[in-house]
Amino acid sequence: MQVVLQNVNKRFQRDGSQPLTVLQDINLNIERGEFISLLGPSGCGKSTILNIVAGLETASDGIVTVNGQPIKGPGTDRIVVFQESGLFPWMNVLDNVTYGLLLKGMSKKEAHEKAMEGLRMVHLTRFAKSFPHELSGGMKQRVAIARAFVMDPEILLMDEPFAALDEQTRMVLHEELQTIWQKTGKTIIFITHNIREAVMLSTRIILMGTRPGIIKKEFTVEAARPRDLSDSVLRHLEARLLQGLEQEMEKVLKEEMGDDYSYKKGAVLSDPMHNLGSDI
Amino acid sequence: MINGLISGQILEATYLSLRRLAFGFVISITLGLLMGYLIARYKWVDDTLGFLVTALQSIPSIVWLPLAILWFKLGEAPILFIVTIGATWTMTVTSSTGFKNINPLFLRVARTMGSSGFHLMRTVILPASVPHLISGLRVAWAFAWRALMAGELVGGTGGLGHLLEMGRSLQSMDLVLAIMIIIGVVGTIIDNQVFNRMEKSVQKKWGVSARI
Repeated sequence: MQVVLQNVNKRFQRDGSQPLTVLQDINLNIERGEFISLLGPSGCGKSTILNIVAGLETASDGIVTVNGQPIKGPGTDRIVVFQESGLFPWMNVLDNVTYGLLLKGMSKKEAHEKAMEGLRMVHLTRFAKSFPHELSGGMKQRVAIARAFVMDPEILLMDEPFAALDEQTRMVLHEELQTIWQKTGKTIIFITHNIREAVMLSTRIILMGTRPGIIKKEFTVEAARPRDLSDSVLRHLEARLLQGLEQEMEKVLKEEMGDDYSYKKGAVLSDPMHNLGSDI
Repeated sequence: MINGLISGQILEATYLSLRRLAFGFVISITLGLLMGYLIARYKWVDDTLGFLVTALQSIPSIVWLPLAILWFKLGEAPILFIVTIGATWTMTVTSSTGFKNINPLFLRVARTMGSSGFHLMRTVILPASVPHLISGLRVAWAFAWRALMAGELVGGTGGLGHLLEMGRSLQSMDLVLAIMIIIGVVGTIIDNQVFNRMEKSVQKKWGVSARI
């Protein structure tokens, strides 16, 4: 086991009211080389899990280990790709990619070569001297991915990396990520709220429930690569995931709108002219 | 004015003033950045020093002159003190706002890449707050320039302000006007050549030039 989360809880202290539980009893084992997706509605704490593994946040209780060592803080063995690219606007693309490499103590020349290699991987060598604001959203995200990959981390943490992109760019990046993952064999923890994305990419999908964040179900994706969404196995899985997510969504919405609320319109006859006697 | 320029009197005075300004300015930037960092970093410093700075900021720096003369005796030191005090507070306030407004994402990225401490300061915190810092520098520079003139006028030995005072006592209005013009010109040149350029280059690099 490379990453182990054992009975992890996370609570946020709020002023004047009882603490908000974000994660409850999370148990998760991640093997080396796995592509694992955390799937869940917004607010289910999936990003919190990722931040805990990255060392940017600490768990309220429970044990989190990477390679058997408890996590003490951020480290270069775990690199994060965030939802926004987070490229430094004061550096050009190349400097952005070499930033972490130079920090690791690599010589300038070596870092430069490695960075170009990374940029080649995402097809952006032509833009090495450009500044981030000159790139499109998708290109920025690709640079961010290159920046993470050149660091050669054991574990790559991706926090909804493609959420802000358009459909076409996302499809291209899916392909690229898959190829890169197959080539390098890294462990990837991938966070998404997009079912299709999870199904297409991962070896294992963790469906999370919300309020408080729990692990609801685990699915292993047993389909050949390259994957095709019309594959019946994936179709079936997608439907089951959707069902699970809908239940969660309904829970959230009921909390907001009251118990009368039904996520599926038409599941219950809700024509106000033909009420079922709820006003007796 | 031309006579003055040729005889070198005015040039010498300008040089003297600018040197004082540069000195004081550098000190106040260093102090301002340091205090700004502490204020942005620690909550308790913000609650104590932060409040004090806002209070001190509202005291015109020339008011410090009597005390400064008492402490440092007449000469260079009190004027330098006035200039420093004039620019330090604004620099502190703007740099602390600049630091507080850094996109937390940049810090997270840098931390996961293994940056911390001084390296983080040099490569992320300072450059990320540069747009704020430049406007801070600009204001601080204007404050320092004014403080310098006031200081030299009242307690000066040499410098433009002192020359102005001399012009007044000699009733030579041509000298007074010439110096006023020079003060204005120097101020404009520095603002245009130094700060405007900095701002432009940053805007170009970051790709942020909003026109309202």
